Amino acid sequence: MQEKEYILRVQDLKTDFKVGRKTVHAVNGVTFDVRRGKTLCIVGESGCGKSVTAHSIMQLLPPNGMIAGGSIDYYTPSGACETLSDYKRNGSRIRAIRGKEISMIFQDPMSTLNPVYTVGSQIMEMLKKHEKVDRAEGKARIIRLLGELGIPNPEIRYDQYPHEFSGGMKQRIMIAIAMICNPTLLIADEPTTALDVTIQAQILDLIRRMQKNYGTSVILITHNMGIVVEVADDVAVMYMGRVVEFGSVEQIFANPMHPYTKALMKSVPVLGMNKDRELTVIEGTTPDASTVFTGCEFAERCESARPECFQRFPKDTVVEAGHRVRCLLYEEGGKSNG
Amino acid sequence: MTVQKKKTSLAKRNWQKFIRNRMAVVGMIGLFIIIAACLAAPLLTPYDPTFINPGIRALSPSSEHLLGTDRLGRDIFARILYGGRWSIMIGVVAAMGANLLGAALGCISGYYGGKVDSVLVSIQEMLSIFPGTLINMLCIGFMGKSVRNLLLIFTFTGWPGVMRIVRGRILSLKQEPYVESCRANGIGGTSIMFHHLLPNTLGPIIVNSTMNVAGYILSEAALSYLGLGVPDNVPTWGNIINAAKRLDIVQTLPMLWIAPAAAICLFVLSINFFGDGLRDALDPSSK
Repeated sequence: MQEKEYILRVQDLKTDFKVGRKTVHAVNGVTFDVRRGKTLCIVGESGCGKSVTAHSIMQLLPPNGMIAGGSIDYYTPSGACETLSDYKRNGSRIRAIRGKEISMIFQDPMSTLNPVYTVGSQIMEMLKKHEKVDRAEGKARIIRLLGELGIPNPEIRYDQYPHEFSGGMKQRIMIAIAMICNPTLLIADEPTTALDVTIQAQILDLIRRMQKNYGTSVILITHNMGIVVEVADDVAVMYMGRVVEFGSVEQIFANPMHPYTKALMKSVPVLGMNKDRELTVIEGTTPDASTVFTGCEFAERCESARPECFQRFPKDTVVEAGHRVRCLLYEEGGKSNG
Repeated sequence: MTVQKKKTSLAKRNWQKFIRNRMAVVGMIGLFIIIAACLAAPLLTPYDPTFINPGIRALSPSSEHLLGTDRLGRDIFARILYGGRWSIMIGVVAAMGANLLGAALGCISGYYGGKVDSVLVSIQEMLSIFPGTLINMLCIGFMGKSVRNLLLIFTFTGWPGVMRIVRGRILSLKQEPYVESCRANGIGGTSIMFHHLLPNTLGPIIVNSTMNVAGYILSEAALSYLGLGVPDNVPTWGNIINAAKRLDIVQTLPMLWIAPAAAICLFVLSINFFGDGLRDALDPSSK
């Protein structure tokens, strides 16, 4: 049942980085699920572990990073379970999945294409890597996809080099590379951060349309709440390497529970929001990643922090079906209620 | 809103940059003339460069023998043309061998880093601190004189220079986001190294190769002059000068050394001008 409903289950994922002699826990017990055909948004400030989580899923961590605990289970369309966290980094098993079943779009489209090859040949390389197709058939397929992605004159564009494309067009090419093998899961790591606002909307729209047409599940990493409300089905709010709140987009936006989620919402303008509402700023800065905590990581910046918050770690508390929050305020409330 | 079909202008722009450099064009024309003359040797001279004719020994230049004959009665002009084939072939093949090897090792060294890198860099340093001519002479002494051995020696002692260039480029290129993107799409390390990173270092490799051609022609000439190059029956430019070792020949048969020396000078000069122009044209930071 679960295998049908979920495509990816991340359980208590811990990713460590060795920096000099110190070990930094960049991701510290992250748990979330991605539902088949749905979009999960991972939101959080810079340095909260969003990208590291994505890189852990793909086994793309730099040499000084490693998965220290937890599991990442990927359920293939045929129902088999692949435990990605056990695969050898750069081994043949993970390489067979990368690009074919799970593919990734990066933040900076300006430099994610190799300048010495035409975009067509770069998409072709991905296609040939994972599928047996002859050139003519492959080319027709690529041109069709480029057209679908809103690239004018795809036949001409096919033979052009990356420097002949604008940023938005390059990101479309990146989406083409990611989508050409019809992956079941697409991880988009801040795909619109480097683009201007009008292009952002187009790219998001495109990702949504591709998702609808091909039934792809999407993990979208962003720090922009405005994007979340537009595209997400589920939301995971991350802070200091932990998921502090997880739930469906309705649950999170209608009823944000964690003080950090609330603060995030108040700090970002959302289209159609009340004109008189003031944007607020979250006090303080994100602590250094190597800080050792004895209590809740957010306590120092939290408006509703209590002395207890500094002394012990909060546990995940399920507040309603599919909505959980990691905060002492609700932990107690949950107890007294139940 | 139609986009015209337009070939990439990068190659064209580089070509125009190259053409504007007058010395480079002179070098290119010089190279072309010398190579064409060597290839068309049978059309330009009726003589066999290795045919010994005691009847016409040590002749001065005349209309029949343009540059005279040597002490065994061989036509010097024919020897220079046919010798050019060998000299240029040795220079080009050795440069290609050394640059291919150096580029491959530089790629591996830069991409994998760690232990592989430190071992390769140490070997490279050991080869670089040894005087080149000396190591070539020693190797020839051990392996014997032959064109094949000379090419092998040039290849295996000549790679450090290009290896350093490529390694440095790869070290910075492997941080580029497109490498991560390749990995995220399931492309393996070997393919990333040789298919994606190496072409980005092609500019410096091409320039280095052209310069090396000149270097190897000079090395071959030096070794052959010392009698440690190619076998005596192969007419290379160096071997022709080798015949002019004795002082009396230097004085009585000046054409025997002036002509091959001039050929070497002209060729090396041309290729250096050409290489300089190529470097300026392929260097994206120079306008």
